[in-house]
Amino acid sequence: MVKLKDITLEHHIKGMDFITAGEASSNIKHTLQLIGYPPAIIRRVAIAAYETEMNLVIHANSGVIKTSINADKIEIIAEDTGPGILDIELAMQEGYSTAPDNIREMGFGAGMGLPNIRNCADEFTLDSVYGDGTTLRVVILNQ
Amino acid sequence: MNLAELTKLLKAEVYCGEEKMDSQISFVCAGDLMSDFLVHAEPNSMFVTGLVNVQVVRTAEMLDIAAVVFIRGKKPTDEMINLAVKKGIPLITTTATMYLCCGMLYEAGLKNVPLPSVQATL
Repeated sequence: MVKLKDITLEHHIKGMDFITAGEASSNIKHTLQLIGYPPAIIRRVAIAAYETEMNLVIHANSGVIKTSINADKIEIIAEDTGPGILDIELAMQEGYSTAPDNIREMGFGAGMGLPNIRNCADEFTLDSVYGDGTTLRVVILNQ
Repeated sequence: MNLAELTKLLKAEVYCGEEKMDSQISFVCAGDLMSDFLVHAEPNSMFVTGLVNVQVVRTAEMLDIAAVVFIRGKKPTDEMINLAVKKGIPLITTTATMYLCCGMLYEAGLKNVPLPSVQATL
């Protein structure tokens, strides 16, 4: 693997934009492939990043995904000024979703996003103020 | 089985990814919920789905999926094909229903993607 110092990526995500949705995650995945990260770790990051990105597209008005990559770990911080999460414990329950019908028709909104992210992550923190916005921090270690 | 053999078995039409026809496929993940795909990440897998939107291709890209099969004659959109070409993911369509398509693939020896609890021990 290439010896590297920190690489940081910043992606701005637009709410309800289902055309470009996924491009940020694709870019993060591709960057890790270029660096030479192991495929199994790349897959976990890709899933976490994609679920995070889709959450921003579906639920937040807009948001920013900041990704920091070094030899030891990948950290993803997603911040938005969307509606926030009323009950985080409920949101973390598999199957619980606040997605509207038009989102479910696209195959999303099954309520597995946050649990999936948590399952991929070595560290997971979710902070939200209802009416104000949400910050998600995920770390995946290179081990 | 390789993708060429599977395409023949399913009497499927190939929309893109002809250069990947010798890819070996071992597992199948079938469904219409994106989350069902995202929970089961296994390389050398194929998606079988009736969902036709560009995010299916994105999900396939995230999970290194070897190919996507659309059932009941559903055709991918131009947008989907363009993205799939860019990402090197074959898209094929069979006229079979979900049940029949899965049945044929299962009989041909393709396995269900391993469950997450198994993956955790790998």
